[in-house]
Order: sequence, then C-alpha cells, then structure tokens
Amino acid sequence: MALQGTQKTVEAEPAIPLLPDGYSYATVSDKISSIVLGQRRRFGWFAGFAVSFLLVMLLFYAIGYLMLKGVGIWGINIPVAWGFAITSFVWWIGIGHAGTLISAILLLLHQRWRTSINRFAEAMTIFAVACAALFPLLHMGRPWLFYWLFPYYPNYMGVWPQFRSPLVWDVFAVSTYFAVSLIFWYVGLIPDLATLRDRARSRFKQIVYGMMSLGWRGSAIHWSRYEMASLLLAGLATPLVVSVHTIVSFDFTIAIVPGWRTTIFPPYFVAGAIYSGFAMVLTLAIPLRKFYHLEEFITLKHLDNCAKVMLGTGLIVAYGYMMETFMAMYSGDIFEKYMIHNRELGPYWFIYVIVLLCNVVLPQSLWSRRVRRSVPALFALSLIINLGMWTERFMIVVVSLHRDFQPSSWGLFIPTRWDWAVLVGTLGLFAALFYLFVRYLPAISIFETRRELAEEKKEA
Amino acid sequence: MQIFHPSTNTISRLSIYCGVVFVGLLSYVFYEVGQSPYYTEQNIPQVQPVPFSHRHHVSQLGIDCRYCHTSVETSSFAGLPSTQTCMTCHSQIWTNAPILAPVRESYETGQSIAWTRVNALPQFVYFDHSIHIDKGIGCTTCHGDVGDMAITWRATTLQMAWCLDCHRHPEEYVRPRNQVFNVNYKPPKDQIRLGRKFVREYKINSLTSCETCHR
Repeated sequence: MALQGTQKTVEAEPAIPLLPDGYSYATVSDKISSIVLGQRRRFGWFAGFAVSFLLVMLLFYAIGYLMLKGVGIWGINIPVAWGFAITSFVWWIGIGHAGTLISAILLLLHQRWRTSINRFAEAMTIFAVACAALFPLLHMGRPWLFYWLFPYYPNYMGVWPQFRSPLVWDVFAVSTYFAVSLIFWYVGLIPDLATLRDRARSRFKQIVYGMMSLGWRGSAIHWSRYEMASLLLAGLATPLVVSVHTIVSFDFTIAIVPGWRTTIFPPYFVAGAIYSGFAMVLTLAIPLRKFYHLEEFITLKHLDNCAKVMLGTGLIVAYGYMMETFMAMYSGDIFEKYMIHNRELGPYWFIYVIVLLCNVVLPQSLWSRRVRRSVPALFALSLIINLGMWTERFMIVVVSLHRDFQPSSWGLFIPTRWDWAVLVGTLGLFAALFYLFVRYLPAISIFETRRELAEEKKEA
Repeated sequence: MQIFHPSTNTISRLSIYCGVVFVGLLSYVFYEVGQSPYYTEQNIPQVQPVPFSHRHHVSQLGIDCRYCHTSVETSSFAGLPSTQTCMTCHSQIWTNAPILAPVRESYETGQSIAWTRVNALPQFVYFDHSIHIDKGIGCTTCHGDVGDMAITWRATTLQMAWCLDCHRHPEEYVRPRNQVFNVNYKPPKDQIRLGRKFVREYKINSLTSCETCHR
C-alpha cells in the first residue's frame, strides 16, 4: 500500500479504501459476475439500450443517405472542407486515450487503483476508436474504396498510397491503436470469461463463454504466460498513448493554416485527449457504479484520482491555449494575430467562450477536495469537459479554416441536420456498445480485484 | 464439469491455421476477380447492332484506321465513323445485305447507330489520343490485334497499373512514327535500344504525376 501510505501523510485525512471490507474471493466473483449472469430483467438497461439502438439506426440512415448523395449533404464546402466529421474524429479518438493510459501506463507504474476501472475504460477505448474510425471513412466521399489507403498488394493502380499524407499516417496510427487495444482488452478478459464459463448455469452461456475463454484453466503456467503477455502488451500500448494523438495533431500541423501550425500541437493534443478521456471515464463510471451498486468497487478514491488527472491535463490544455495566443502576439505575424482576433471576436466567438468556460474556468473547481469527492459535481464537470473538448476541436478545425489568408475566400460553416445525425448517431453507437458490454461481459476485472484483495490481506 | 469434448482442442488449434489460410485465399480470390475478364471486360467480344468485322475491313480490305477514326491524330477522341462513312462503300456493295439493315435505316432516318462502347475510361480520367499518336504509340499497342478481331473486344484491362506501366517505361512500347497505324507491326528484337532512341527523338516525357490524367 505504498501509494495509499504516502497519500495518508500528505493529505492527513482518513483515506478511502480502494476495496470494500468484508469481501472474500468468492463474494467478489459473485458480486461482479452476477451483473452478467443474473437473471433479473433490468428495465433501466432495456430502456437505455432501446434509446441508443434507435440512435444507431439513425446513424445507419444518415450513412446510407451519405453513400447515396455524397458528402455534400453535410455543411462542408470550401473554405471549410473539414467540418463535424474531423471534429468528431479527433474528439472520439482522444477519448480512447484515457483507457490506454489506465490500462498500460498505470499498469507499468503499479498504480493499483486502476484495477476497478481499467476494464470498462479499455472497453470505452475500443468503442470510442470504433466511432472515431467511422468519421474519416465517411468523410472520404467514396468510403468503399478505403482500402486504397493501405499499401495493399496486388494493386491494380500500380501506385503506393501517398506516404506524405497525414491521412495515411492516421490509418496506420488508428488501426494499430485499435488492434493493440482490442487484443489487450481481450487478453485481460480471458480469465474472467473463464470465471463466467464456470459460473454460468445455462448450456448456451457455458458454450459461448467457454469458447471465448480459449480453454483457460487457471493453471500456474497459464497465469505466468498471462502475466508476460499483459506486460508485453502494456509495453506495446504505452507509446500509443502519446503517438496516436500526436499523429492526429500532425493532420493539422503539416498545413500552413493559421491556428493549425503551432509547435505545441502534439503535447497539447495528447493532454487534451487524456483530459477528455478521463472526463468520459467519469461520465461512464458514475452511472455504472450507481445503477449496479458498485460503489464499493469504484470508490470515491477512484473518482478523486480521475479528477486529479483531469485537473493536471486540463492545466496543460489551458497552457496550450495560452501559448497559441501568446505566439500569435509574439510572432507578429498578421495572419496568426488575425486568427486569434477572429477566434475571440469573429462570427464563432461563442465557441471560444464555451471552450474557455468548459475547459479552463469551471474545471478549476477540481482544486477543491470537496468537489473532487462530490459525485454529482464530478458528473456535471465530466459532461462539461466532454462538451468543452468537442467544442475545442470544432474551434481548431472550423474556426481556423473559415477565415484564412484571403478575405475573398472567407466563408462560414453551418452544420446541416445530417452533420448532427451522424454525430448523435455515433453517440448512440458508443452507448449501445457500452450497454451490451455491461450486460454480457464483466465490467470490472474479477480476477484483478481478487488479487488486490489478496495483497490487502497480506499487508494487513 | 466438462463442457467441450477433448477433440475441440484440435479443432480450435486448426481454426487458427484455417483463419490464416482463409484470409490468404480470400485476398487471392479478390485479386483474381479484380483482374478477370468478368470484371475488366478484357477479351470479351461486345455484341453490336451490326456485327462489324475489323478483321475483314482492316486486314482483308486494307482500310486505314484513320478512314473511319478520323480525329485520332488531332483530338482526344479517335471518333466513330458517321453512317455516311459506311455508306461510301455500302451504297455500292452489299446494298441489300440483311445484316446491314440498321446502317441503311440510320442513313434514311438520320439516327446514329447505337454502337456498344468497347474501350471506355472513367469520367475522372483525362485521356488524349492525339498526343499518344504523335509520340509514336501504335494503335495496336493499346487496342490489341484489331486486324484479327471479327467482333471487337477490349484487348487490355485498362486498369491504372496498365497505364502506368507504359508511362513509366515508354521505351518498351514506342515505335517509329511512320509505323503507328501499321496493324501488323511487330516490335524489333532491339526494342529497348530503339525505344530509348525514339524517347529521345520524340521528346517523350515520362508523365506519372496524378494530375497528368486526373485533372
């Protein structure tokens, strides 16, 4: 309990335990697996899933119409050729970063508080990356030719993809990210799937969970291999926490558009990604612990730690905003200066106000421990930061593009109903996938919680 | 309690290998279908309103390509002959042949004959016949042995890799300018040496940037 020990001395307050008292190995397994294997019909689950399923249908409808008509149904045009699609792409892919940070970096750093939240945070990563990946595909205009982005062979065109194009970098970054996250998540699920297999009563569930658990018997050799695999995968995933959003930021920085080309972009994007990702972790964790009565597993301590990460990364993001403004002034470049002027006082001034309010001003309340340990306040803040970070990407994408060097080429971007439909549709897709995940897979790692329990007992 | 029979161990291991083989097989099938005449229309004779034989007109009668495809030297489009061109001869010979009925009908009504297009490029590809003719690319290099086609077919895939093959190595295909319309031209043994000479002489630029064709 090194972590808790140090915090005790620093904070001089009774620490909230990471794990509940009075639980044994069996009761931990009972509690978590009952969510999946329990027979009780939950009206709340059905209602929530139904709503998100309808939104998925809306997404399919919007995509179908897009395929039929092309990207002209969106509000994009010259000069704003990147509208909601790229904004939402950056937002979704950023959200995934918190899951990877929790599962990889915090594992390597032996941060044991990650145990309760890493499973669903990883699931969040995968679902968010899936939503993100949709956007560049749809934005391409002819999504059915997406494989042109891969250096595939044989190739009837006789050409390679343009390796100098960040769109190709995105493909590699995002597909690597998705693959590693998926494998990492699945490998971590195997022992728990075996637990579900062993506890399932119906033949069908036994077979399904049995196939998914890949013959796991929990022997010592299985565990030793598992440990090695998860360490290796954590090592693989760690650079992805910084590399993916760095490459996403390169999408912008290779252009010469004012507002896209400050050198601070990569770290500023990575911090923003983790910031919004932890906000999404809280948005998901707070209802999850409430509805499934998991307050003993996802404690105020976990929420507090997430809030601290948000505060830290939020300050880096604020520093990014500050530097953008400062560099515009310091460079003396007329276009840079105008970009900031336009951001603050142009037709999209309200976007900048929302960004500053949601990402800089309101999150400062996280300095207070009372706010960090108040569940409603944290939930509200997490929603605010999610909104703020989406708006920030809108600011970077649209507000920078709409007024560039020549006043004759200025224009406005006004989203159409199809822009909104796709955005809301991916929110529905994300929610629907998460509902399915919570219902059919253990949302909290059973075996890792058991191990935590063992460690705690050993120390006590 | 045992859920699965021990034999499932073998099946599960086998399925890993089968998965790899399946993916490989699937990409091979896609490759073959993408290159097949079914997809590219290569080597498939097209049904025409009049069964016009290039073999008869070109090889047996010796009519020059430009007699019918008049604009090939000056325009992007080689041109399809008007019915009047057909009738220069067919008002004199085979005047009552039943297979020429659509030609006579077209001549009387002024309605063009609706030929089936054999060689078509997508709309987003800019292609100009005249420059290729001028730089010493023969008709048969792209259109195949037209002089031996009873019914015309597409001789090549017209896929982009095929275009780029010549654009990257024009010396392998270029011929003397005076041989461009020779349907019986055979590349000489020292094609590469001669080709390099023509590339220099005709000032052939190896144009492979995207906007050469996708303007």
